[in-house]
Amino acid sequence: MSDDFPISVAGLNHSFGIGEARKQAIFDVSFTIKRGSLTVLMGPSGSGKTTVLTLMGCLRDVQDGSVRLLGHELKGAAPAVSEDLRRRLGFIFQAHNLHGSLTALQNVLMGLQVHSYGDPQQNYRAAQHALTLLGLGDRLDYLPANLSGGQKQRVAVARALVGNPEVIFADEPTAALDRESGMTVVAMLKKLGAMRGTTTVMVTHDNRILEMADRIITLEDGRIVADR
Amino acid sequence: MTRLLQWLFGRLPIGWLQLSHNRTRFAAALAGVAFANVLVFVQLGIMNSMAVATLKPYGFFQADVMISASDANSMTEGANVARQWLFQALADPDVTGGAGIFVGNVSWARGEKTLGLTTFGVDPTLPAFLSEAMARKAATLQLQNSGILDMYSRGLPRDEAAAIRPQSPISFEVSGKTLTLYDTFAGGGGFGGDGYMMVSDQTFLTLFPARKSAAPDHILLHLRAGADPDVVAARLRDLISDKSLRIRSYEQAGQDDLSYQQTRRPTGIIFGFGVIIGILVGIVIVYQVLSTDVADHLSEYATFKAMGYRQRFFLGIVFEEALILAVLGFVPGLVVATGLLAGMKAATTLPLAMTPAMAGMVFFGTLVACSVSGAIATRRLANADPADLF
Ligand SMILES: Nc1ncnc2c1ncn2[C@@H]1O[C@H](COP(=O)(O)OP(=O)(O)OP(=O)(O)O)[C@@H](O)[C@H]1O
Ligand SMILES: [Mg+2]
Repeated sequence: MSDDFPISVAGLNHSFGIGEARKQAIFDVSFTIKRGSLTVLMGPSGSGKTTVLTLMGCLRDVQDGSVRLLGHELKGAAPAVSEDLRRRLGFIFQAHNLHGSLTALQNVLMGLQVHSYGDPQQNYRAAQHALTLLGLGDRLDYLPANLSGGQKQRVAVARALVGNPEVIFADEPTAALDRESGMTVVAMLKKLGAMRGTTTVMVTHDNRILEMADRIITLEDGRIVADR
Repeated sequence: MTRLLQWLFGRLPIGWLQLSHNRTRFAAALAGVAFANVLVFVQLGIMNSMAVATLKPYGFFQADVMISASDANSMTEGANVARQWLFQALADPDVTGGAGIFVGNVSWARGEKTLGLTTFGVDPTLPAFLSEAMARKAATLQLQNSGILDMYSRGLPRDEAAAIRPQSPISFEVSGKTLTLYDTFAGGGGFGGDGYMMVSDQTFLTLFPARKSAAPDHILLHLRAGADPDVVAARLRDLISDKSLRIRSYEQAGQDDLSYQQTRRPTGIIFGFGVIIGILVGIVIVYQVLSTDVADHLSEYATFKAMGYRQRFFLGIVFEEALILAVLGFVPGLVVATGLLAGMKAATTLPLAMTPAMAGMVFFGTLVACSVSGAIATRRLANADPADLF
C-alpha cells in the first residue's frame, strides 16, 4: 500500500501560536498521493500550502490527524525516525539556502554525504553529473556569491536530486528561475517520476507547470476546495 | 588543507571552509587564541623560573634533613636556630653528621650599581654538606675573608666574572673588611638578591659581628644510607626539645618553600591569576567567534537539518572549528612566547625559558579551553529550525 501511495494525509488539522493568539491554519485536510506522480498544491497566499508541505516533509510536528510518509506515521514519530525519513526526501526551497562557504560542487556533495555510504570518488562524479545536467558543468568550483540567482537555484535543485530521493518537496522552485530553466527542472522531475517512480509535491502558481501536473490540489483558508 | 581535513574527517570540512571563508574574522580569532596563549606562556614561564630560582640555593648543599626556625619559609628567611639542637639530633642512631649554615645579605658597592648578594656561611672543612661543584672550590674558603661568587650575578659583566680566578682574585670592601673573591660558581636568577656568594662560617661571622657561631640559620643533617628522611625527621621532632622548630626532609623543605612562593607570596599569586585570566580571555574569544559563526549559519544548518543531518554532525562542525582555532592559534602563540621569554631572560637573567612540558601543557589546555567554548556555542544550534525555511 505504502509502495503505491508514499504519502497519505487524513483529517489533518494544524494551529499556530498559543493561548489567545492561537489560530488554526489547516482544517481537516485529507488526500493520498500516488507514487511517481507530480502533484501541485495551489491556492491564494496564506491558504496553508507551505504548512501542509512542511508537515508532510517531517519539518514540522504533526499536531492532529495522520500523515503517513513512506510507510511511517509522522504523528508522534521519534526525532530519529524523522531524521532517517528526511534522508529519503529532497527539498527545493523557495530561497536557495546554499552554504556560502561551499562551492557549487561541495554544496551538491552535501546532498550525498548525508548517506554514510558511497565512496568519495563516486559521490564526486555523481555531483558533477547532476550539475552538468542542470547546465552548470562549468561552474563547479564557484562559490554561491559568484553565481546568479537562477544558477544558485539550479545548484539547490541538483543538491535535492543528487541523492535519488523517493519524494521531492518543492515550494515555488521556479520563482527564481527564468522560464527556460524553470521548465527544464520540471521536465527533469517528471522524467524522474517516470523512470524511478520519484514522487513530487510542488507549490506553484506557474500555469505551464499546472499543465504538466498529474494532479492539482487547491487550498483556501486551510481547506481543500478542489482536487483533480 | 581542505583535502587533508577531508581525508581526516571522511567528509567535507565544513568548519574549516566556514572559518577560512571569513578571512578577517578567522585572523582575529587566531590572533585572540595566540594572544591568550602568549599570556599564559609568559605567566607560566615566570612561575617556572620562580620555581627554578626558589630551588636554586637548595642545590648548593647536600643534606637529608634540615632544621629551621618556625618562621623560616625559605632558605633566606626566618630566625636562627640554636646549635645545641644539632647535638641533640646526633643522638639519633640514623643521624651520621650535621653542619650549621649561615645566611645574610652582603652589599657590594660597585660605583653606580650595588650588588645585593645572598651570602652563605659554611664550614669549609665539611665539604660533604656542599654540592659537588661547590665542594671542589671549598678549599679556597679556608682563607680568612675569602669568598666565591655567583658568576651569573645580575649587574656583573660576564667578562668580569670570568676573570675571577684563584690566580687573579679581586677584592672589595664590606663593612670595613676587605673580602677577596678567588673563584666563581654557577648560581643565577633570583627574585630576591642579585646573586649568591659563599664564604666560610668564620668569614661570615666577621662580616656580621652580631651573629653568633652557636646560632646558625639552618642545620643540615646527613643520615645513614638507606634511612628514610621523612621518618627520621618525624622522630627528630619528638626527640628535640624545641617543638616550634621546623624539622623536615631537605626535599620537603624545598617543596614547602616553592609552594609558599607560589601560593602565599603576592608575586606568586599575581602570576597564578595571570594564568587564569589568560585562559578566560581565550575561552571568551573562542566562544564569541564560534557562537557568532553558528548564528551566521543558522539557515544553512537548518537546511542541513532538513536534509537529514543529525545533531552530531552540527556538533562536529563546531568542535572542528574549535580544534582548528586551538591548533592554528597555538602555533603563533608558541613562537611569540618563546621569543618573548628569551628576550625577558636576556633582560633579567631570570631562568625564563620555554620548556617542552610547558608547551605540551598549554597545548592540551588550549584544546580543552576551545572545546569548552565550542560546547557552550553549540547551544545556539537549537535555533536552527528547518520549518522556518519555506
Ligand atoms: N510560523 C508561523 N507562525 C504563525 N503563523 C503561521 C506560521 N506559518 C504560517 N502561519 C500562518 O498559517 C497560515 C498558512 O500559512 P502558509 O505559509 O502555509 O501559507 P501559504 O499558502 O504557503 O502562503 P504563501 O503563498 O504566501 O506562501 C497563514 O495564515 C500564516 O499566517
Ligand atoms: Mg508558502
